[in-house]
Amino acid sequence: MLKKISFFISSFFLLWLIVAAIPPFQNTGIKVSIQRGEKVYNKVCLPCHMADGGGVPNMNPPLIQTSYILGDKTKLISIVLHGMTDRVAINGDYYSNNMAPHNDLTDQQIADVLTFARNSFGNKASAVMPVEVKSVRSKKQ
Amino acid sequence: MKKFFLTLAATIISVLLVQAHTTANNDSTKQKSTVIIPDPGNAGLILPKGFGALKVTDAYGKPRHIAVTPEGYIYVKLARLFNGKGIYLLKDTNGDGRVDAATGLGDYIGTGIALKNGYLYASSDENVYRYKLNTQHEVITPNQPEEIVHGLLNRREHESKSITLDNDGNIYVNVGAYSNSCQVQDRVAGSPGMKPCPILDSAGGIWQFKADQPHQTYGSGVHYAKGLRNVVGLDWNTQTNSLFVMQHGRDQLHDNWPNLYTVQQSAELPAECMYEIHKGDNAGWPYIYYDQIQHKKILAPEYGGDGKKTAGEDAINPIIAFPGHLAPDGLLFYTGNMFPEKYKYGAFIAFHGSWNRAPLPQEGYYVVFVPFKNGKPTGEWEVFANGFAGKPPIISTRNAYRPCGLAQGPDGSLYVTDDNKGAIYRIIYTGK
Repeated sequence: MLKKISFFISSFFLLWLIVAAIPPFQNTGIKVSIQRGEKVYNKVCLPCHMADGGGVPNMNPPLIQTSYILGDKTKLISIVLHGMTDRVAINGDYYSNNMAPHNDLTDQQIADVLTFARNSFGNKASAVMPVEVKSVRSKKQ
Repeated sequence: MKKFFLTLAATIISVLLVQAHTTANNDSTKQKSTVIIPDPGNAGLILPKGFGALKVTDAYGKPRHIAVTPEGYIYVKLARLFNGKGIYLLKDTNGDGRVDAATGLGDYIGTGIALKNGYLYASSDENVYRYKLNTQHEVITPNQPEEIVHGLLNRREHESKSITLDNDGNIYVNVGAYSNSCQVQDRVAGSPGMKPCPILDSAGGIWQFKADQPHQTYGSGVHYAKGLRNVVGLDWNTQTNSLFVMQHGRDQLHDNWPNLYTVQQSAELPAECMYEIHKGDNAGWPYIYYDQIQHKKILAPEYGGDGKKTAGEDAINPIIAFPGHLAPDGLLFYTGNMFPEKYKYGAFIAFHGSWNRAPLPQEGYYVVFVPFKNGKPTGEWEVFANGFAGKPPIISTRNAYRPCGLAQGPDGSLYVTDDNKGAIYRIIYTGK
């Protein structure tokens, strides 16, 4: 009986430990992801989207407060994986340069760089997880 | 009293001089003789001694190219519709040099605009139109453009169609290549170049059409020059009676070929080239680019190049090779009398400014002058008008004023458009 109670208590304690640990882990998780993402951004994205995320008028779209960067993560991940050659209006403006696919980046790198972009240049949005990238990558275009 | 007479005499002489100057320099007698005063601080521009500048307007959207009539009226072609119109006629009715009246026409966006023999020519990103003008150079039927050329390729990238006319009834139209370097996959690291490049049959060159024939397209035009990646600035040189163009060189040598080019090399290379074009010329894109440091035509990495191998023996050489990525969007050979003698027949080039030099600071965002005599440069290029992007280093492009179109006014003023914030500048020589 005592054994059963102590098992119950210790399991409960263990569960509490796990639950308590999650929020700080998530916080540091997103922080670390943003830091790693910045490195990916500077190497891969900055040449076109610029250091301030402002892009280049008429050529390369901005990443500041646009529905693309803040919106549907699946669509955003898909643009990074498959590139972009469509003529679409972004906040009313059109951009003419083609974006190359970046499917050579790992799930982690894409998750990191998108988490960075969604939390930089004045943006605030949820993190992108590697598993989400993996799921989009596995889908047929 | 003596002082009064002296002042009076000086004033009379000044007025006479100004009038004489105005009469001597104007074909049109309608030009007002009011002296135009530059803006304080020359509207933010840094100019050589003796020059001044004023912002004539910044209220009409995103002006690309510009043309000025003998009356001093301004026509601009817009990159975005402004109040539903893509062309604006801008007037200064009170003679202070600033725009105070505007009329819109045309429901299409575009870049090219030109005045020739009683017509206004304007281009969308696919077609070229013209409008008959009255004796005051105003469009007679704004809602009935005559379509001169149609069906030119617009595949987003390098979509703008620039135009210029010669004195023999021809119009020259640029069709930019819808690609950076004709790779199998555009702008993708390591993707090889297509050989032969299939883009070159209908883009990446200059086409010549008749200025007065309706409904022309590729088949009815002359494929005048090949192997030009993208030309935005072009002008007909009346001294040599030939076409001059400014090519935007390719991007991303380092991004796409990191093992062959450093970030620094990629920021400087390849050259932005000025070419003199004769019928049948080939400038070599995408197979080669011009390296302004080695002074050689270099085989592009997409076609097996390593930054050193030369190629393109059949390709023409540039007249001038500028540093990389400055983005020349406007070219004008100056024929006016207002500026000092050294400027006569020389070339002004509006550099839109780079984006593809990051992480290094961006360059360009200025108007350059090159002295010319009989169609050949007689000295080094120099920055003529600067300050469009504020103080260096330039990291962001979106907040800069970006020089695009150039035009010469009837008095010899130089007009410069900015297609980002919408400013139109007028640069004058005051001698002060």
